[in-house]
Amino acid sequence: MEWSGSKAPDIDVSEKKSIGKGVFRKCDGCDETMVAEELEKNFEVCPRCGKHHKLRAARWRELLLDEGELDEWDRDLVPGDPLDFKDDKPYPARVAAAQRSSGAQEAFESGAAKIGGMPVAYGSFIFAFMGGSMGSVVGEKITRLFERGTQMQLPVVLLQSSGGARMQEGILSLMQMAKGVAALERHRAARLPFVSVLLHPTTGGVAASFALLGDVNIAEPQALIGFAGARVIETTIRQTLPEGFQRSEFLMAHGMIDRISSRLEMRREISSMLGHMSRGRRSRG
Amino acid sequence: MASHVLPFEKPVVELLNRVRELRAQAGEEREIVPELERLEDKARHLARELFSNLTAWQKVQLSRHPSRPYTLDYIERIFTEFQELHGDRAFADDESIIGGFAKFRGKSVMVIGHQKGRGAKENVRRNFGMPHPEGYRKAKRLFELADRFSLPILTFIDTAGAYPGIGAEERGQSEAIGSCLYTMSASHVPIIATIIGEGGSGGALALGVANRVHVLEYGTYSVITPEGCASILYRDGAMAETAAASLRMTARELLNLGVVDFIIGEPPGGAHQDFDAAAKSVESALADGLGALAHLGPTELREHRYRRFRSLGAVIGD
Repeated sequence: MEWSGSKAPDIDVSEKKSIGKGVFRKCDGCDETMVAEELEKNFEVCPRCGKHHKLRAARWRELLLDEGELDEWDRDLVPGDPLDFKDDKPYPARVAAAQRSSGAQEAFESGAAKIGGMPVAYGSFIFAFMGGSMGSVVGEKITRLFERGTQMQLPVVLLQSSGGARMQEGILSLMQMAKGVAALERHRAARLPFVSVLLHPTTGGVAASFALLGDVNIAEPQALIGFAGARVIETTIRQTLPEGFQRSEFLMAHGMIDRISSRLEMRREISSMLGHMSRGRRSRG
Repeated sequence: MASHVLPFEKPVVELLNRVRELRAQAGEEREIVPELERLEDKARHLARELFSNLTAWQKVQLSRHPSRPYTLDYIERIFTEFQELHGDRAFADDESIIGGFAKFRGKSVMVIGHQKGRGAKENVRRNFGMPHPEGYRKAKRLFELADRFSLPILTFIDTAGAYPGIGAEERGQSEAIGSCLYTMSASHVPIIATIIGEGGSGGALALGVANRVHVLEYGTYSVITPEGCASILYRDGAMAETAAASLRMTARELLNLGVVDFIIGEPPGGAHQDFDAAAKSVESALADGLGALAHLGPTELREHRYRRFRSLGAVIGD
C-alpha cells in the first residue's frame, strides 16, 4: 500500500510526451496530436476526448481558487530521518533530490483561500514529490489543516493524490493516518464541511484514512482509487483484474463516491456544495 | 506443545521439551523435584540467552509463528462471560475479526481482535486473519456499542494486513479502515490495544487507535511487510531480512519511536511455549493499563488519545 520510491515521479505529459520542442502534444486518451498550448490552457483536459492528464498542484490552485491565491501555511516543514533509512540512497538524499526535481519542500501544500468567494482551508498533495507519499510532514500538515479549519470555522477542501504511506519513514508514516483522521473527526464534530477531491491516483494509506471520509467525495474521471495495489491483488488471488477496476467509475458503481466531475466543472460544483452545507449547518448551542 | 519448529528455535524447543518430559516422568517422586527445578531454571536461563540476540527477521518469523497464541487463546484465559457478537448488519460476518462483551476481572468490557485460524480448514474460515471490509465494519459497530454503554475497549492486533482482493475493493476496504480510525478517535472510553503477533499496516492500525498500545516481546508493527518492502525497494524479495531491520518494526524499536507504550515479556522460547504464562503477562499489563487511565473522564480520554497520536512523527521546523 506504499509509494515505491523507485519509479521516477509522475510528471506532466507536457514534459513526458513532447514532440518537437513542446509545440505539439499527443493525447494519452485519443492519440490525437494537438498544439501543446491548447491542452495546457484547458488544464490538461483533452478538448477532443475529455481525457484528464495529470495536473500539477500549482495549476490546481489556478483552476480552483479565487485569483489562484493561496495564503500558504507550514511551508517550511521538512522531514527528519527517524529510521536512518537507506535503500540505494539514504532517505535524506532522496528527499533532497525530490525537492530539487519537484521544486516543492514536501508532498503537500495547504493554506487559506477562497472558492467562489467562500473562505476555505485548502490542501493539496503534490504528487511530483515522491509520489505524494505521506510521511510525518504530510501527516502534520494535514492535521494542522483540519485543526486550523476547526479553529477558524472553515470548510476543508482537500485534493488527494498519493501512492500511500511513505515507506522510508516506516511505522511513523502509518501513524499519520490515525493523526489525520483524528483531526478530521474534531473538524466534523464542529459541524464543518469536508470536501474530498479524489485525483489520480489515491491509494494505500491515504485512501484508507481520510480520503474516502468526505462529507462529499468527488472524483475526477478514471482516477485510480483503491486500498491495495493491482499487482498485490493479482499475486494474492492469481487472477487478472477486470477492466476499469479501482477507477472512479468502479467506485461510483459500488457506492463509494458521490460524484464524478470534469476538472473544468469542479470549481463551480465545490462552491455550490459548500453553499448547501453552510446553509444547512445547525448550531449545537 | 509447539509442533512447528523454526530452525533457530530448535535448541530452545528441544531443551524445553526435555524438561517437560522429565517433569511428566517424575510424577509423584518427590525426591527428584528439587533437581528438576534446578534443571528448569537452567533451561529457562539458556532459552533467554539463545533468544537474546535474535535478528529483526527472526522476530518477524516468531510474530507469525503458526503455534503462537491467537486472540481466542487469550480471551479464554483472561476473560470470563465472553459473549461473541457477529456481523456488520450490512453484508456478512467476517470471522477474521472477532469481538464481543466479556468480563475482565469482574468488570464488563468490549473485546475485539483479529483471529487467525489454526490449520488449513479454520484458516479458510478465518481468511488467515486478513479482514474484508465487513470485518472492519463489525469492529466499528462494536466500538460504537462500547462507547454507548461506557465499556472499556480492549483490542488484540494480529494480522498480516487487510485482505487485498476484488471483493474487498468493491465493498470499500479503504472506507472501512478509515471509518475504524475515525470511530476509535471519537470514542469516550478507555482503549488499550495489544499487539500479540503481526501488526500489518492499515489493517492492524484499524484496531490500534488506542490510549495505550502494548506489544508482546516478539510482536511486530510495520507500514509494510519486509517482503513487500524488499520487492519494491530492492526489487528482490530475498532482501526481506535487510528490510526487516530497516523498517524498525520490533518491540524495542517501536518503544523507542513512541509508537508503543509498553513491552510485555514473553515466556522462555516465546509465547507459543506457554500460553498460560503469556496470557498472565498480557492480563497484568491490561490491568495496569486500565489503572493508569482510570483517572481520566470521557472527554479527557478522547483528548488523551488525540494527544498521543498527535505527537507521533519526525518533523523539522514549525
